[in-house]
Amino acid sequence: MKKRIIRIAAAVIIFAAAFFIPRDAGILRLVFFLAAYVTAGYDVLYKAVRNILNGQVFDENFLMTIATAGAFIVGEYPEGAAVMIFYQVGEIFQDHAVARSRRSISSLMELRPEYVNVKTGEGIKKLDPYDVSPGDLMVIMPGERVPLDGVVTEGSGFIDTSALTGESVPRAVSEGSELLGGCVNTDGVLTARVTREYSRSTVAKILELVEEAVEKKAHHERFITRFSRIYTPAVVAGAAVLAVVPPLFIPGHPFSEWIYRALLFLVVSCPCALVISVPLGFFCGIGGASRLGVLVKGGNFLEELARADTFVFDKTGTLTRGEFKVRKVCPATLSESEILRLAAHGECFSNHPAAVSVRAAYAGDTDESLVSDVREISGQGVCANVAGTRVLLGNMSLMEANNINAARADEAGTVVYVAADGQYAGYILLSDEIKPDSADAIAALRREGAKRIAMLTGDVRRQAEKTAAAIGIDEVYSELLPGDKVSLMEKLEESASGRVVYVGDGINDAPVLARADVGVAMGGLGSDAAIEAADIVIMDDRPSLVGAAVRIARRTMGIVKANIVFALIIKAAVLILGALGLANMWEAVFADVGVAVIAIINSMRALKLGTVNLSYRQR
Amino acid sequence: MKRAYRLEGLCCANCAAKMEHAISKLDGVSAVNISFMTTRMTLETEDGRMDEVISGAERIIKKIEPDVVLKRI
Repeated sequence: MKKRIIRIAAAVIIFAAAFFIPRDAGILRLVFFLAAYVTAGYDVLYKAVRNILNGQVFDENFLMTIATAGAFIVGEYPEGAAVMIFYQVGEIFQDHAVARSRRSISSLMELRPEYVNVKTGEGIKKLDPYDVSPGDLMVIMPGERVPLDGVVTEGSGFIDTSALTGESVPRAVSEGSELLGGCVNTDGVLTARVTREYSRSTVAKILELVEEAVEKKAHHERFITRFSRIYTPAVVAGAAVLAVVPPLFIPGHPFSEWIYRALLFLVVSCPCALVISVPLGFFCGIGGASRLGVLVKGGNFLEELARADTFVFDKTGTLTRGEFKVRKVCPATLSESEILRLAAHGECFSNHPAAVSVRAAYAGDTDESLVSDVREISGQGVCANVAGTRVLLGNMSLMEANNINAARADEAGTVVYVAADGQYAGYILLSDEIKPDSADAIAALRREGAKRIAMLTGDVRRQAEKTAAAIGIDEVYSELLPGDKVSLMEKLEESASGRVVYVGDGINDAPVLARADVGVAMGGLGSDAAIEAADIVIMDDRPSLVGAAVRIARRTMGIVKANIVFALIIKAAVLILGALGLANMWEAVFADVGVAVIAIINSMRALKLGTVNLSYRQR
Repeated sequence: MKRAYRLEGLCCANCAAKMEHAISKLDGVSAVNISFMTTRMTLETEDGRMDEVISGAERIIKKIEPDVVLKRI
């Protein structure tokens, strides 16, 4: 690169010197301009000859050689040399822009681990990630990236998951926590047991996905490829006609004038601006989205998402957390805290989701030594002896079976009735929790112009409507079986004018995700099923990222379309002006490399889209 | 059968498109993709024809951009 710059600088000096030679110096003047020309462009000339020998005619180098050599032949020495110099300067800019975007792209790939510190009998050894197997113990020092997926066995601290999820708040981990490769350990030494070999790890899957995303080409990319195959031969043919026909048929028009105009055509005939910038735009859009923790599996999905106007959400696990939480405690005879204390102890050996949430709601620690005679009554609940009190926890039929007179609670959610020593004490209401950003997510989509937003769920109608109202969705379909969801999606797709997006948790929604125009899976981190079935994967659980993804998709499409229109208009303008004799080589070179550089820089903006959507972040 | 290659030294976007087009016309190729930005080529062939296809693809690549080095990844 540096050598090239020095070479071009030398060419510029010779070129400048050539201007001091008087016009009537004849051959000396030609020699100087030729020297500048060859210094600047000998590699272009060499490649042109080599490629012709290889049977490659419409090659950029060849066209440039013809155009500049033609300028020398018609006597425009300064122009011939200047165009070569300008072309090379443009190429340097273009290569620089390409190198920069390649670097930005590879920075997304920095997640790939170089080594793993493995704890062995003889101390810690640095091993290649491919040589580490599940069950090995790895040590992660502060500041290091977690190389492989694992479970913490020793140590605690905070890990930065932003590279995977876009979430900037560090997550606390301690013994037993799951660690995902690609996160950064911010403090404290962690030892973890490897759970997956590298090729099956989260990082490897994400990298594969991002690289493979390039293979699913968008319509715009295909159009550009097809267009460029026709464009170059057509412009070259136009040049041939222009060089020969007008001088033959219009009297008083010399060949040299029309050949010069034809040469302009050759300079403009490379479609590089489009061929580089359009795929680059999509790639940068995908890269920008991945910085937010949104994985898009191909440029075509960005295109579809940009045209979406109907959004269909699954409820459980998507708009809600998909986990029970104690909503309220209704005391009848005992106090609230007493009911929770008894319930937490009574449930202390159970792994049932309801039991886990009850324990989580209890402020104190459960003392297992106080609990005895635990008996699970299937379909009803639990009975246990808590420090001498006989506790019954369960549904209404458990109460009835024990002749306890409990008032039936009319609530949406799951009700756990509590009785102590044969006396009804009160009930605990458990229900799923709406994610903190669900309402924001819907509002953001409406701002983006969503015409229709619906919620599908297998849950009972009451619960579904309550959730939908809280989030701001007015169209609800409840009590659906998985098959109903698919047929409902088909109906929605028929009636929609734009594309239909389905957002689900990816675990039991696979058929619907596959059926939708764009399937978005939530919480895909570590879940193979979601990554398989969906077109777009949101790495953490935030539904608000759907709106962010739509915005990125629309902006990316805006950038891509602007590039296409800009490049075509400039090229067409220079072709028309050139044919009329109103443009010179300078404008032609600008229409070639200048436009390419501008289009590349414009496309690179898409990479930054992931960082400007901060307003969608969870508060 | 599917394989990925890195095209080191790939420096012309239009050439990449030409290579892709020419390779897709080879006998035994079921899918091919060359990304100029990632310089990655993925090649999918009918069973057992990978070696034959690869040598054909290499010839095409050398013809269009002789400085490119093909590396398997």
